[in-house]
Amino acid sequence: MSEKIIMKGNEAIGEAAIVAGCRHYFGYPITPQTELTEYMAKKLPLVNGVFLQAESEVAAINMVYGAAGTGARVMTSSSSPGISLKQEGISYIAGAELPCVIVNMMRGGPGLGSIQPSQADYFQATKGGGHGDYRNIVLAPNSVQELVDFTILAFDLADQYRNPVFVLGDGALGQMMEPLEFKPLEVKSVEKPWAANGLGTRKTPNVINSLYLKPEQLEAHNVKLQKKYQLITENEIRWEEQNTQDADLVIVAYGITSRIATSAMQMARADGLKVGMLRPQTLWPFPCEPLNNLADKASAFLTVELSAGQMVEDVKLSVNGKKPVYFYGRTGGMIPNPKEIYQEIKKIYGMKEAK
Amino acid sequence: MPKPVFNQERCKGCELCNHACPKKILAMSANFNSKGYRVAYCTDESKCIGCMICAKTCPDCVIEIYK
Amino acid sequence: MMEKIFGRPESLLDVPFHYCPGCHHGIIHRLVAEVIDELKVRTSTIGVAPVGCSVLAYEYFNFDVYEAAHGRAPAVATGVKRVLPDTTVFTYQGDGDLAAIGCAEIMHAAIRGEKITTIFVNNAIYGMTGGQMAPTTLIEQVTQTSPYGRNQDIVGMPVKMSEVLATIDGAKFIARVAVNNPANMAKAKAAIKKAFEIQHQGLGFAMVEVLSTCPTNWAMTPVQATKWLEENMIPYYPLGIIKSPEEVAK
Repeated sequence: MSEKIIMKGNEAIGEAAIVAGCRHYFGYPITPQTELTEYMAKKLPLVNGVFLQAESEVAAINMVYGAAGTGARVMTSSSSPGISLKQEGISYIAGAELPCVIVNMMRGGPGLGSIQPSQADYFQATKGGGHGDYRNIVLAPNSVQELVDFTILAFDLADQYRNPVFVLGDGALGQMMEPLEFKPLEVKSVEKPWAANGLGTRKTPNVINSLYLKPEQLEAHNVKLQKKYQLITENEIRWEEQNTQDADLVIVAYGITSRIATSAMQMARADGLKVGMLRPQTLWPFPCEPLNNLADKASAFLTVELSAGQMVEDVKLSVNGKKPVYFYGRTGGMIPNPKEIYQEIKKIYGMKEAK
Repeated sequence: MPKPVFNQERCKGCELCNHACPKKILAMSANFNSKGYRVAYCTDESKCIGCMICAKTCPDCVIEIYK
Repeated sequence: MMEKIFGRPESLLDVPFHYCPGCHHGIIHRLVAEVIDELKVRTSTIGVAPVGCSVLAYEYFNFDVYEAAHGRAPAVATGVKRVLPDTTVFTYQGDGDLAAIGCAEIMHAAIRGEKITTIFVNNAIYGMTGGQMAPTTLIEQVTQTSPYGRNQDIVGMPVKMSEVLATIDGAKFIARVAVNNPANMAKAKAAIKKAFEIQHQGLGFAMVEVLSTCPTNWAMTPVQATKWLEENMIPYYPLGIIKSPEEVAK
């Protein structure tokens, strides 16, 4: 099955979910991710799965809570305003330690914003989003192939850590068509003795819950969660580096922006400027240590985002004052071209702006 | 002869049972349980007809009926 | 050797309820547990608890239970039932949970004809948070957030959720019951049983609204509260089977 095919990003995610063994999808239409919802509506019934269009994103994420509690592999997807609505449920899912995959194809905000690509939900995805001390694992693909690979990975990570996992894309990735392949894989089967799926022969009821009224119990639960997050941080940071060995300036960008930044880096290299790039593939856990290590060699960092500056805060925390961290961002669905980014690079080098 | 058996530690003294008893043989004790509630008890088991109304009325499953 | 002719059902764990003295939740829990026992489905039953006084229902039932976010129990139950269609799934919700914050979820569970059972406990007040006005609070009823009595001009009339839901095709059985006396308790249990049987027959959504007292927040003794329920709630919220497959067939 590893021949190359061409698929649209949103549909590729849907196919990847099915390949990963997901048979339950609950969602609500919203641009620019509706093709994924439609793909699941078309395909899941053909594999004895369940597609259900909920009355709202709030209901959809709570259906995910119910389905995930039975031990099933389950997914929902939406775009920024819809993801905001899901935050209550995501907090409960994190609190009850349920595995699930949530896809956010980000669009411009705040409020109703626009339907154009954006990366302005970085804070929401990586810092919790809902109430309480919790973390989502956040995967940031930058190609249709990675949408596939990371969606499959997301289900494995969710089961392994009993944690919600985000696939954080943007409107551009969702709409883009690219060649991809489904590599042969074994779906990892994970025992879920905690699942509330009816007692059967079990003697003690299983309870899916995030309520701990006694302060000492809730603190113990939080300590347990934090230990899990520590474990995830130790094991699951993923990133990619290009031209960083000799780089004076390191661009930090993820998702669609990393592809534009790659072109800017190539333009700079062609002009003899030693520019490299670090691309986080997990936004949480964030590649702090690799960035901190690069800060010993490089002279400066440039973070490029489709936002007013969100990931740049994590870059600064990682670099920890060792070197200056610059930022360039566009918002509202505006996408920078490589030349724009190259101009920023030149500014940092103290050169005259390119014409 | 039927008789009600009270798990008095679970009683909250709400008095719904003694108002429901058709034979009027339930009353509230002068004693308190460890939670501080005055507990229900049967004043005359010989008059119990085993209708189970007290047990069904009790919100706390305090009363079992034996026959 | 005497034989026990009435005791705690197997579907109720042997732990004390946290409910206030005289609160009807305990009776309603027991009736649900008795029905689950009689239908012999305890090991394949999954309950969904709400936010409100019955938030801790998972500590009392002797089967698997989910604790849902406020108002979302029908959505959670939908997720469970769609994965495990052969299980018995029910939600247990109060009036704030079902008739206020969870209106959308309950309406659409009914619209989809979701094969779940809902036990809706209506005590005309928010109990857990200390006695605030609910959508079901009666006109002129004094609560912490209607301190001068519920005023229709400001917040409208109390909602009759059973009648509202009965208009929905996917809702196949809707009844309103009370547990204020032995006769009504028997009817309540029969309705609850029927609501589970509707689910087992795969007919669609079923709900039983149970009128309940809240002696603490009504500021009454349990006996006074039962009388208040009879004199005020039952006249506004009439008891009976509001919708059933038999009725529809006529």
